[in-house]
Amino acid sequence: MNIVVCMKQVPDTEAQIRVKPDGSGIVESDIKFVMNPYDEFGVEEALLIKEKLGGTVTIVCLGPDRAIDAIRTGLAMGADKAVHLLDPAFDGGDAISTAKALAAAIKGMECDLIFCGKQAIDDDGAMVGSALAEMLDIPQVSIVTKVEVADDGKSAKVNRQIIGGEEILDVPLPAVLNAQKGLNEPRYASLPGIMKAKKKEVKPMTAADLGLDAGVVGSAGAKTKILKMTAPPQREAAKMIEGETAEEKAPKLAKLLREEAKVI
Amino acid sequence: MAKGIWVFAEQSEGSVRKVAFEILSQARKMADTMGEELCAVILGDGVESLADQFAPYGADKVYVVESAALKDYTTGGYTKALVDLAKQHEPSILLGGATVTGKDLFPRVAARLDSGLAVDCTDIKLGEGNQFVATRPLYAGKAYADLGFSDATPQIATIRPNVLIPSEPDASRTAEIIKVAAEVAPEDIKVKVVEVKKMASETVDLTEAEAIVAGGRGMKGPENFKLLEDMAALLNATVGASRAAVDAGWKDQADQVGQTGKVVSPNLYVAAGISGAIQHFAGMGTSKVIVAINKDPEAVIFSKCDYGICDDLFKVVPKLTEEIKKLKQD
Repeated sequence: MNIVVCMKQVPDTEAQIRVKPDGSGIVESDIKFVMNPYDEFGVEEALLIKEKLGGTVTIVCLGPDRAIDAIRTGLAMGADKAVHLLDPAFDGGDAISTAKALAAAIKGMECDLIFCGKQAIDDDGAMVGSALAEMLDIPQVSIVTKVEVADDGKSAKVNRQIIGGEEILDVPLPAVLNAQKGLNEPRYASLPGIMKAKKKEVKPMTAADLGLDAGVVGSAGAKTKILKMTAPPQREAAKMIEGETAEEKAPKLAKLLREEAKVI
Repeated sequence: MAKGIWVFAEQSEGSVRKVAFEILSQARKMADTMGEELCAVILGDGVESLADQFAPYGADKVYVVESAALKDYTTGGYTKALVDLAKQHEPSILLGGATVTGKDLFPRVAARLDSGLAVDCTDIKLGEGNQFVATRPLYAGKAYADLGFSDATPQIATIRPNVLIPSEPDASRTAEIIKVAAEVAPEDIKVKVVEVKKMASETVDLTEAEAIVAGGRGMKGPENFKLLEDMAALLNATVGASRAAVDAGWKDQADQVGQTGKVVSPNLYVAAGISGAIQHFAGMGTSKVIVAINKDPEAVIFSKCDYGICDDLFKVVPKLTEEIKKLKQD
């Protein structure tokens, strides 16, 4: 079974995000970048399936030079090789133009199954996996919490989170599965894994290598553009409820919630 | 030339999700400014009876797109039906709720139409030159962006439930109802639903809840969530949890609010025993009123809430529940 895992490098969840004064983007200099947490579930699931059915796990990552760190982490976890879509032409893309580049890269590979994270935690779009599936003309399942690939590798039983419960789906492969937390417990890269990862193949590819016109990828191919970024609206200081005891404070709060905030 | 604003009105088991009315209300103002018509689009099987709900919120037309193949939501079936209709009528803007279904459907629709998509928006408006602008949180709400669109139409956006304010329904308004038979073939639906498991709970999903009572590490154990459930029952609220409570195994992952859980936007968010880590705030920062109950005076949440009680939650929560009960009985 040949499995592709799409990966993005994103700011760590602890990162303080500061918007540039001109609103054109965020200040990246002091941010620690990591593999998108949802992509870790994808890498782990791909490795579990490979351990059971054999095959290869290939990481495909679109991102600037620094993204190599996330790629190496995936390789250290156990992925076999990687493709790094690395070209200034890819910069500033939206979900559609990014998915186009990923689709072009994956079309050239032997691939039975694709994992994406259910969303990247930077732009929180949750779009690329599904757009990629559309461009490859294969099905997708979003918010995946369990995957059982049939022994023949032709289909999978997949659990998907829905409102108030879950669906169990029969999915013909290849398909794109968007990994949700709970799918598995991603392994840590072992020291030997980290050593081995240094020798694994990471193939850089440009738009030209993919046979794509620079006009359809990155910011040139994007259908949405950030006009302006702003810091989130700040809340005013909290009203702290004063009193000697909890018994004294609770009625005051209830009264405020009813009369001032009008929410109960 | 593309014309008209469309709102995909999601229905499930015979009822329309209220986010559709929220979006219609806002889109009505845009349609008036643009001088274009506003259409609601409903997909399903035997859903015509729902079609008269949209005119009071501003719809000029309602497309009722039906097929036995659309009875239950499938990515393939809904994408085919919605894209076919959009290709035929060429709306300039297509909107829908950022619900579980909307988040699954619209990326696929946008990719098939080769159109721009802004997801999980907290505002939609017309900017300079009446250009469509969608505002959405990035980095889990640590920043916001105004997004503009290329000329490709329709320009598509999904809007977070509970954020836009529905207008007062105007019962005197009427809309033209247009029935469409969708052509959805079995091969359009590649993924088969084998089974649907619904939790026994009848409460509203966190993402659509108008009130949420959430507990964190301070709850000390799964058994104590009963205290929050009691309050939630009175407020018609849904119980949520912080990552700490979920990682401890006290609550299910589906109940987690935060950057790696659900993003919620209720009118009232009560945080009990939650310290207010940046990742948690990312998931509930757009709540309209935030109440924090925590015995640690240094808890970060007190700098990010509207009302705070610094005390033992095991004393405050039952008393607060009792007081709410009294007020509700008045």
